[in-house]
Amino acid sequence: MTALLLRDLRLATRAGGGFGLGLAFFLLVAVLVPLGVGPEPALLARIAPGILWVGALLACLLSLDRIFALDFEDGSMDLLAIAPIPLEGVVAVKALAHWLVTGLPLTLLSPVLGVLLNLPGPGYVWLVLSLGLGTPALSLIGAFGAALTVGLKRGGLLLSLLVLPLYVPTLIYGAEAVRRGVDGQGAPTALLLLAGLTAGAAALLPFAAAAAIRVNLR
Amino acid sequence: MDLTVTDLACARGGVTVLAGVSLAVPAGRALVLRGPNGIGKTTLLRTVAGLQPAVSGRVQADPESLTYAAHADGLKAALTARENLAFWAAVHGQGGVDAALTALNLTALQDRPAQHLSAGQKRRLGLARLLVTGRPVWLLDEPTVSLDAASVALFAEVLRGHLAKGGAALIATHVDLGLDEAAVLDLTAFRAQSRSLGGVFDEAFA
Repeated sequence: MTALLLRDLRLATRAGGGFGLGLAFFLLVAVLVPLGVGPEPALLARIAPGILWVGALLACLLSLDRIFALDFEDGSMDLLAIAPIPLEGVVAVKALAHWLVTGLPLTLLSPVLGVLLNLPGPGYVWLVLSLGLGTPALSLIGAFGAALTVGLKRGGLLLSLLVLPLYVPTLIYGAEAVRRGVDGQGAPTALLLLAGLTAGAAALLPFAAAAAIRVNLR
Repeated sequence: MDLTVTDLACARGGVTVLAGVSLAVPAGRALVLRGPNGIGKTTLLRTVAGLQPAVSGRVQADPESLTYAAHADGLKAALTARENLAFWAAVHGQGGVDAALTALNLTALQDRPAQHLSAGQKRRLGLARLLVTGRPVWLLDEPTVSLDAASVALFAEVLRGHLAKGGAALIATHVDLGLDEAAVLDLTAFRAQSRSLGGVFDEAFA
């Protein structure tokens, strides 16, 4: 499993691997929104948590279709399916690799973008915490969606339609945690719900995704 | 390590293509599958490998003893030949990357990214993967595609060495590998009867 994780990380960081694509997209969203909304610090401060979370979510979505599609096309998926690693483990490892190259960098970059969007001072801790706890769920749900659409030609579009509605709870609790953190009221509740979502996704979705892949391999 | 298939029926795209297939490949032997295009050689191999469920019948073999090589070699273009092989060796908890590279004459190409290998070289790398899985039963689907005569001979040599060490192989191929250890099974006899055509073979319904 370590070998698979290292391979996926290596592939993502080599030329053409798509590492940084999500980050650049996140950066662009955070730069464009103030330009579109206009120079109103109070308004920006109010919408900052929501914009940052939506940006992170869309940035995650960009690279989802690569999770399994590339392995499916070059025949690696067949070989992984009969390898000694259980397919559930393969899914979990690939979701983890996806998070390490998208979710984690997004989380680390988010405070800088918070400055661009005039996020109020108390919000930064909650922004990083909520993204840190919530983005793993985005990768896991995304891996499930990618598993469902893996055999389809141009499945990326369908993948977005399938996955975005499933991202709603994570978005609501994530943005809510930051907003409450800014107002100084009860952010831990939203964070706990967010962590619950991530834990639930980690426990259930690798099994669902592995089942979907088995069907798609036939 | 033996492979036994009893009364197997398998389907492609929901249509049963082969029925009543029984075969046995004892350790040290190879079985070559023959038959016209569309008869279901690939389908049979994928069913035996466990990649798709059988319609009926049984495949008796330890799933941990099987490995499969098909048209796609499972190579990553951005990784070098050695990295590709080392990955599959690590997944199977095995070593022997150097030996596998030597066996298929890839040592000189080991640091070249897979995207810069020719089709035949990629194929050889895909076949070298079989060696690093450490699994005894090889299920091979047209293993000699895009190989030149010298490479085919090289691969036949590797296969002979594998059989001599107690391995087994089930091979779908139209090329004569020159193996004394190999029996031939023609799948035409096991074609599932097509209801609409009364048994007349038609590729579209096979």
